[in-house]
Amino acid sequence: MKALSCGDAAVLFEVGTLDEAVALAAAVRAAELSVVVDVVPAARTVLVVTAPGADLGALRRTVSGLPVSDAAVTREADPVEISVVYDGPDLDEIASFTGLTVDEVIAVHTGSGWRVAFAGFSPGFAYLVDGDPRLQVPRRDEPRTRVPAGAVGLAGEFSAVYPRATPGGWQLLGHTDATLWDTDRDPPALLAPGDRVRFVQVER
Amino acid sequence: MSLTVLATGPRALLQDAGRVGLASIGVGRSGAADRAAWALGNRLVANPPDAASVEVLLGGLRVRAERNLTVALTGAPAQAVVDGKPMGHNALIPLRAGAELALGTPDRGLRTYLAVRGGIVVDPVLGSRSTDTLSGIGPPPLEDGVLLPVGLTPADHPPADVAPVRLPEAGPAVLRFVPGPRDRRLTAPDVPVTTTWTASDRSDRIGLRLTGKPLHRTDDAELPSEGLVRGAIQLPPGGEPVLFLADHPLTGGYPVVGVVRDADVDRAAQVRPGQPVRFRQT
Repeated sequence: MKALSCGDAAVLFEVGTLDEAVALAAAVRAAELSVVVDVVPAARTVLVVTAPGADLGALRRTVSGLPVSDAAVTREADPVEISVVYDGPDLDEIASFTGLTVDEVIAVHTGSGWRVAFAGFSPGFAYLVDGDPRLQVPRRDEPRTRVPAGAVGLAGEFSAVYPRATPGGWQLLGHTDATLWDTDRDPPALLAPGDRVRFVQVER
Repeated sequence: MSLTVLATGPRALLQDAGRVGLASIGVGRSGAADRAAWALGNRLVANPPDAASVEVLLGGLRVRAERNLTVALTGAPAQAVVDGKPMGHNALIPLRAGAELALGTPDRGLRTYLAVRGGIVVDPVLGSRSTDTLSGIGPPPLEDGVLLPVGLTPADHPPADVAPVRLPEAGPAVLRFVPGPRDRRLTAPDVPVTTTWTASDRSDRIGLRLTGKPLHRTDDAELPSEGLVRGAIQLPPGGEPVLFLADHPLTGGYPVVGVVRDADVDRAAQVRPGQPVRFRQT
């Protein structure tokens, strides 16, 4: 683990794998350190944000000494099922990039046992991992200025559903009617870190 | 209902300390862009420290008190008049029921805070009354004619009538920063410091966009997205940096080459379009 400078009120910890990042974030949250304001895990890093004036040297030492489980963080609940109409504008491109047929892309996407690694990008946006490695595709060269709410996409090792209409660079497989984010719901986010997710194909 | 917004000016939002610790559901902090000015307003009117105020962009706000109120203005020094009579900033302003407070355009700084004794008490969303302009969470931007509820008068009495404060800079804003986490991505690490940047008119609560001689990166490979802090100086492919402010995204995929010191980010939030910005390494 490497601790990188990130100003005077945060430390960015860099680790080797996504699972390490998720596990480290869970360990930092569980430690309930009084100076820590928020913890932001991402693909290879964990950002630990502190209150102003915190002793960052002490924080680095404390975090480096935390016991971190190497087991993937999973919640033992039934998978959340998300119904998808596979009519995305990038289906053909995903098929040609992966060397699969469109039907195979759909079969592999619905056949994968996805898991929420972390949230980010926008409220309720959950980065899903543990998909079939054949589905790894790059982001689009030109991000779309508007991806509609409910769009289901792929990028790198991740799949995700856009909770609301935003700009976005992911390759789009289809769309869902599921409400990923509702501020008036408790909890507002449909998916939380550790949740398991299955995509189910439905007709339009 | 206690305060009527007669005119919002270019943009007026409610802001408080923001939403703390919600990254796990993808929600950023948001909150007052100039936290020091917002906090001073609450101290002047003896509000609880997390009370919501009106954040006014480039003046132009007009409000009417619907009952006797005490308010204070902090941040950008927009000339204030109450029923035609000039009023000072960083001081208690009594508003009798029916009185109108109007703000002109500040000659320096960008954001003025109107703190009302009792605080603005619209329904909080996820624990805060801040409008997050990136995610759309929180109360909608204020509109002409809206009625704002003011909370109960706090038990504490205002500690002073007036507070001495430093005005926002009119000339170059010099911001102290710490290099990293990705400063090795710069071909010439001293260029951010030797360049005088100009604040772009595309700046907003998400980030202060800077124009100037573009910086060069050692490689164009994208990073896996990583967490961003308020104050992060991010370098997009075009080479002109973005300094992230209150409504910054939680994560980003372009390298962050330095982070402005927490105490200086408030001043960055007062930089006007066209104003020069320099960075000083600490």
